[in-house]
Amino acid sequence: MEMIMDRHAILEELKKVLGPYIKNKELLQNINETTNLIADLRVNSANLVDIVIDAEAKYNIEIDVDSAEKMTTIGSCIDVIQEKLGQPS
Amino acid sequence: MKKRRVVVTGLGVVAPNAIGVPDFLEAIRMGKSGLKYVPDFERLKYLCHVTGRPPFEWESLREIIPEVTFHGLRGMGIGFGLRAAVDAWQDAGLPLETETPRWDTGIVFGNSTADSALMQNVMRRVDALEVKKLGSRVVEETMNSGVTAYITGRLGLAGKIVTNSAACATGSQAILMGYEYISSGLADRMVTGSTEFVDTYIFGAFDAMRVLSRRFNQEPEKASRPMSRTAGGFVPSSGAGALILEDMDTALQRGARIYAEVKGGATNSGGQRGGGSMTAPNAEGVVRCIREALRISETGPETIDLVAGHLTATLGDLPEIQNWSLALDRKDADFPWVNSLKGMIGHCLSAAGSIESVAAVLQIAHQFVHPNVNLEEPNPEIVKRIDASRIPTASTPAVINTVAKANFGFGDVNTCLIFAKWK
Repeated sequence: MEMIMDRHAILEELKKVLGPYIKNKELLQNINETTNLIADLRVNSANLVDIVIDAEAKYNIEIDVDSAEKMTTIGSCIDVIQEKLGQPS
Repeated sequence: MKKRRVVVTGLGVVAPNAIGVPDFLEAIRMGKSGLKYVPDFERLKYLCHVTGRPPFEWESLREIIPEVTFHGLRGMGIGFGLRAAVDAWQDAGLPLETETPRWDTGIVFGNSTADSALMQNVMRRVDALEVKKLGSRVVEETMNSGVTAYITGRLGLAGKIVTNSAACATGSQAILMGYEYISSGLADRMVTGSTEFVDTYIFGAFDAMRVLSRRFNQEPEKASRPMSRTAGGFVPSSGAGALILEDMDTALQRGARIYAEVKGGATNSGGQRGGGSMTAPNAEGVVRCIREALRISETGPETIDLVAGHLTATLGDLPEIQNWSLALDRKDADFPWVNSLKGMIGHCLSAAGSIESVAAVLQIAHQFVHPNVNLEEPNPEIVKRIDASRIPTASTPAVINTVAKANFGFGDVNTCLIFAKWK
């Protein structure tokens, strides 16, 4: 069964995935699609790969390496997740 | 340059019989065992079915490390080491948080092997063509400097950052190196200690050597019997110990509580010659090491009140006592008190030296000798050389001004430390 999720719903779920990787939780309050994971949320760059793995598990999807490399902002994360969920943007 | 005096200002311990200094002090006074029967070891056809593992709640790490660090942390040895080091740091009255690097403080922390449980996961994933699922954290947790790196990061340490490894002499060697850096003026404060996690596979490798205790599998608390007539091998165990060492003046300036002084120590090898081998120490090397520790620390052998031995409950116990007797030139009723913590907790391998040094320091601070457990009948050859009364089987109040603590490791590596009451 395919999950039907709009961008807002994915963003809310994404916050939970990102939570453990963000020291200052307040930074999560005001995120939007342009928020950058490293520059704005101060995620350790080494942990981007872990976020991708956690997202794969959360949404039961496979994210290929090229797609994973695009996941630098909240918006691009949602793009990739939506694409992999087989949902049109 | 004149040597600076070095004192112990903080202790942390994650031992099979207790976690934290107050509980550990109580445990070693009572002779409390930390050894348990492990059904899985029997299923795996091991000869020894007993080990000591700290009563450690993994989730408790959340109290001392941020979620970002905790999430994805799996290495048990790192967890033990972090807990011991952070506890020691706080025990020393030092603030946990810092924005700036602590340039004046370094660390020497030891361990033996990469976490084989984590490596097993790597092998499974790789073989299943799932390397992509491993994530970013395996390398930092399986590198031998992993535990040191985690402690360094948590405390903001920015002096010398050293990971050492010398098998069962690892812990005492870490303390010695920390002492040397401070006494020679190269650091003001050092976090020292070591960790060990004996998982199923590492345990199996020791079991294969047929040097482990196997006659007390049904009575695990009796399985480790140092200096006993019925000693039949050691019990590999897990844990971590940490000591905060400081330049005495630095400690006094900040009004720190001082547990004891590290007077000095020595580490050497018997060169795997003259009876020494990969697995057994050359007696001459041991004697030289003890004598060198006395010389460096300007300690007369007649002033040693307690020998905190390595004493693993193997065939090595008798030669060890002979070596002490020769090195100190003391025997019979003139021999110092002698004890081995391993009767209670087994042999914590690379963590043995640090956990046992915490015990040694506590016996100075609280003026007692902890009991030798499982010593209903001492080895008759041992009590021919030293008086049985010097091997107490009950906790004994005593004047303990000076302790000689030694550990001997595979590779024929010896380390001897001299701890003394601070005056």
